Amino acid sequence: MIEKDLVIIGGGPSGLSAAKTAAESGLSSLIIERDYKLGGQLVKQTHMFFGSEKQYAKTRGIDIAKILIDDVLSYPNLIEIMTNTAVVGLYNDKVITILHEEKYSKIKARAIIIATGASEKVLAFENNDMPGIYGAGAVQTLMNVYGVLPGQDVVMVGSGNIGLIVSYQLLQAGVNVKCVLEAAGTIGGYKVHASKLKRLGVDIKTSTSVIKAVGGECLQKIITSKLDEKWNFIPGTEETIELDALCVSVGLSPLGNLLSMIGVEMKYVSSLGGLVPMISHSHETSVENVFVAGDVSGVEEASSAIVEGYLTGLIVAQKLGFEHPNYEVLIQDLRSQLDNLRSGPFGEKTRNGLLEIMR
Amino acid sequence: MRITEHPILSFPEKKQIAFVIDGKEGYGYEGDTIAAALHAMGIRKLSHSIHLKRPRGFYCAIGNCASCNMIVDGVPNVRTCVTLLREGMVVKTQENKGEIHD
Ligand SMILES: Cc1cc2nc3c(=O)[nH]c(=O)nc-3n(C[C@H](O)[C@H](O)[C@H](O)COP(=O)(O)OP(=O)(O)OC[C@H]3O[C@@H](n4cnc5c(N)ncnc54)[C@H](O)[C@@H]3O)c2cc1C
Ligand code: FES
Repeated sequence: MIEKDLVIIGGGPSGLSAAKTAAESGLSSLIIERDYKLGGQLVKQTHMFFGSEKQYAKTRGIDIAKILIDDVLSYPNLIEIMTNTAVVGLYNDKVITILHEEKYSKIKARAIIIATGASEKVLAFENNDMPGIYGAGAVQTLMNVYGVLPGQDVVMVGSGNIGLIVSYQLLQAGVNVKCVLEAAGTIGGYKVHASKLKRLGVDIKTSTSVIKAVGGECLQKIITSKLDEKWNFIPGTEETIELDALCVSVGLSPLGNLLSMIGVEMKYVSSLGGLVPMISHSHETSVENVFVAGDVSGVEEASSAIVEGYLTGLIVAQKLGFEHPNYEVLIQDLRSQLDNLRSGPFGEKTRNGLLEIMR
Repeated sequence: MRITEHPILSFPEKKQIAFVIDGKEGYGYEGDTIAAALHAMGIRKLSHSIHLKRPRGFYCAIGNCASCNMIVDGVPNVRTCVTLLREGMVVKTQENKGEIHD
């Protein structure tokens, strides 16, 4: 069996950042990524980021991905990368089963950082599995990575930041965004994103959702309805919209299946997106030397995923005997960056959620 | 349908790749995943649900949901949304849970 000091599962922003600070501390690591490329969700984000300069504000997601990947590639002796490789099993003695080109093999690690991110939620309505109904992230991937249009007439469900940003990107790609539907009474995402859409003539219909999709092998129409304050459909308010693609953007849930395999103590915290691991201040789970970083421990943003990655990389390295010469200063700085990112009214849900999972 | 003009991204022309989809000739471009190439050709139905045989297309495009599983070069349950297209690939719609033949 192959033996490694640190194995990082997931090559998104959090995993890449963790590998970087671990390497800066002198600790070698192996990044395992199931996609054929590194970068996680960032590779499709063509918009500029908010936040402060430290987390690459005003830089486009795709360019942040390049920076993080280049950082990791600059440590060829310390950071090993396996793409096109999925982790399919995890055991309590920190043995990892991987699947690469139809072959299974095992790796034993001294420490593991799980940075598997999150997956898009689905919405329950009649015929919600019809071809033509896609996750918003999937549509973003199709357009921005492969240059393929999801359809010509599209409706977005969900007015959170992702729903709003992807709607704008659909317009940029030349797609007709017919409207955005939002079940709640108010728009979920930032006002700037919503205003951009409104200026371009896209209607954001609040208190409205989908009852049913109609079509044969592919989507042709949806039936929408108004909702009352308790989110019940109001009879008589149905409308039919013709379209060829429906984008569902109703939130992400942490991808913690691997954590469940080794019996990590978990908790359902809705403000963090779903089932998340209980963690210590050092991002360690209830299983010793198994750490988490990024969306898997609570859905936030790429900026916080990056900072959490840097932090966890430093902590794990120190625990395995590779303390960064500037350890205390860096840790303090990263912690205050996280506090900063989570400050203000938009961070309140996250702050409360994180308190619930502290061990 | 492919994007030809975009304010931020550029999609330079790439090498064409020929493959076979359910016995017919198909074309994609270098760098496409199988699912992206099929979508660009207008093929959205990629699989069926196992019991009711309801048509399914891709949903997540990052290898999470298995809604895009197809038979590729004889191997069933290949997630076509994260598998790159290669010249001469034989892609088939999968009608069952997937059977392995030798
Ligand atoms: C559509 C969309 C739009 C977004 N827009 C913004 C935005 O505007 N601003 C912002 O700050 N944030 C945005 N985000 C959120 C941001 O992208 C995420 O918070 C961030 O990417 C989380 O980083 P991560 O490293 O935790 O996870 P990810 O980026 O999801 O990376 C996880 C990686 O782990 C891999 N992986 C998962 N399971 C396995 C396994 N078993 N084996 C091997 N590898 C595995 C995945 O393939 C993936 O590459 C958006 C997210 C989405 C989906
Ligand atoms: S579309 Fe979800 S796994 Fe391919």
